[in-house]
Amino acid sequence: MMHPTGRDPAWVATLYERMVLIRAFEEAAARLYEKGELPGFLHSSVGQEAVAVGATALLHSTDYITSTHRGHGHVLAKGVPPRAMFAELFGRETGTNRGKGGSMHVMDVAAGVLGANGIVGGGIPIAAGAALGIQMLGGERVVVAFFGDGALNTGAFHEAVNLASVWQLPAIFVCEHNGYAESTPSSAASRVDDIAVRAAAYGLPGFAVDGNDLFAVLDAVERAISRARQGEGPTLVQCATYRWYGHYIGDPGAYRSDEEVAAWRDRDPIVRVSAWLTEHATWDAEDEAVVRERVERKIGEAIDFGRASPRPAPESALADVYAAGASNEGARS
Amino acid sequence: MSDMTFRDALRLALAEELERDPTVMVLGEDVADPLGGSYRVTLGLSTRFGAQRIRNTPISETAIVGAGIGAALVGLRPVVEVMYMDFLELAMDQVVSQAAKARYMSGGQVRVPMVVRCQGGPGRAAAAQHSQLLEAWFAHVPGLKVVVPSTPADARGLLKSAIRDDNPVIFFESNLLYNVRGDVPQDDADTVTPLGTARLVREGTDITVVTWGAMVHDAIAAAEQAHARWGVSAEVLDLRTISPWDREAVLASFRKTGSAVVAHQAVRQGGVGAEIAATLYEEALDYADAEIARVGAAFAPTPFSPELERIVVPGVDQILDAIVTTQARRGG
Ligand SMILES: Cc1ncc(C[n+]2csc(CCOP(=O)(O)OP(=O)(O)O)c2C)c(N)n1
Ligand SMILES: [Mg+2]
Repeated sequence: MMHPTGRDPAWVATLYERMVLIRAFEEAAARLYEKGELPGFLHSSVGQEAVAVGATALLHSTDYITSTHRGHGHVLAKGVPPRAMFAELFGRETGTNRGKGGSMHVMDVAAGVLGANGIVGGGIPIAAGAALGIQMLGGERVVVAFFGDGALNTGAFHEAVNLASVWQLPAIFVCEHNGYAESTPSSAASRVDDIAVRAAAYGLPGFAVDGNDLFAVLDAVERAISRARQGEGPTLVQCATYRWYGHYIGDPGAYRSDEEVAAWRDRDPIVRVSAWLTEHATWDAEDEAVVRERVERKIGEAIDFGRASPRPAPESALADVYAAGASNEGARS
Repeated sequence: MSDMTFRDALRLALAEELERDPTVMVLGEDVADPLGGSYRVTLGLSTRFGAQRIRNTPISETAIVGAGIGAALVGLRPVVEVMYMDFLELAMDQVVSQAAKARYMSGGQVRVPMVVRCQGGPGRAAAAQHSQLLEAWFAHVPGLKVVVPSTPADARGLLKSAIRDDNPVIFFESNLLYNVRGDVPQDDADTVTPLGTARLVREGTDITVVTWGAMVHDAIAAAEQAHARWGVSAEVLDLRTISPWDREAVLASFRKTGSAVVAHQAVRQGGVGAEIAATLYEEALDYADAEIARVGAAFAPTPFSPELERIVVPGVDQILDAIVTTQARRGG
């Protein structure tokens, strides 16, 4: 029988656990980074979990995503195991990218992740291209491109969205609008607030949703996915959210007021789902404890795995600059 | 003289030129306060000179560089900041086909007095899209100047010259140098370091080491070790300007020592080192006592893993190796 809310609480509980997992991953990574255990840069997505989980919840493992420098959440939500992610963040051989990519470049094609990206906007045209591939090869797969509000003003965004629209490609462009690009508020970078206005300029639908509301993201992306699967072309979805921490771990974030940060923390997307579960399902403190305990264990094991994994072999430094030859097979193999 | 960091010396140069010339302005992502640039080089400038002259931009590298060109064409001297050298790739048309060619293609009608500051380079586990050194690309383009300081004094002196120059200048700041300290002449706001002149860093008689940017510091260390361990006297030249480069200084040193190592952190294949080595062979073959050695990064993108990065990107050991091998090959 259909649940009165129209949503299956058991499914919502799995999405909830995924959000808790992303948060725990990010918090643990930040602690390791602060202790100097992780090399390179680290961009935390804490506060934005509803976008990552909501936009991927209805994807199949054969669908694709492209991600950003702030991509841990997207990638985990798409199904990349935390242990392979931590191993990558540690720069180890067992990492998703064998230690060659790091936090900003996690790629796991088997899980449908065509790459996070160190270049703002860099993944958006690639998502359009993957959607072109799907259109050419047939099938009902779709591609979700994640990007930030800063990327809205790149040439890559403009060119890719236009291309996807004119060719009616099965792509969903998901803007994670957290209000800032590094220190620059979005209002200083564009006069267009309303994503529908931008979308109209390219001839595709655009929806703005509360990105801290899992269900709002789910519903908007569901419409977009069904359009894409039915050959009706791409959709733009803008999710208003907030990053709780600085641009990168270590950024003091002097460009935001404490009140602003506190106000957004009060709109914690995770708390909102747990409130829904408490209200609409038989969800109590014990269920909550079970989820937390399972997530903690998983993250703990993933960190142990990453830390204990071997460093890449020296020879690998020069390996894979090119593919071996002309295999005459698809790029996935 | 005052002691300051490379970063502070760059900021000093900008402030002095902004003060001296009302047509100088700065534009780039996050250059205004409170951030003052991703690496804080422009910190305080927007507060002092105003948000009109020190402007934050959207993440739109093509438009940022293009706006610099247009503003230069009509009378400004823009200093454009592109956050990483890698991101210049997004503005390649504006840099290469627009800025570099405007004067020539217009039959000499216009000037493009624009500086494009960018930073980056390897050594920080920043991985393949935030570590590239692309000076060879820009040195290949007639019409561009390419400048790479290695000391705080030159950071100030060269940036001031670049701003005053009437041509588009790519000004590269190695991230590894921002906190390096040194004496900076501050007596006279008009003390500049002329573009196109190399700096003799260390005198020597046996071998010439030509290098630039962060690698100058590795070359000094290698020269010191070569002397201490093998009694080899290495002369170190800091090229400072990659294009146009100081052929006279390099040739003079080579004619004196009869052997050379050209070292850069950038990828060796197709690197600027090849141009320098070829020029030495063309112009001074008779003086060569041994093959000229080139040191550069392996032919691979920069890996994330710090262990792998140390394999790909050369440092003191590779320069020392090249010095010792070259000396061993000397016909003497
Ligand atoms: C082409 C390019 N320009 C600049 C940068 C430097 N940079 C990295 S992240 C960032 C801000 C991106 O803002 P946004 O797209 O809103 O994503 P957020 O960081 O807010 O998640 C900038 C300017 C870059 N990586 N690539
Ligand atoms: Mg943003």
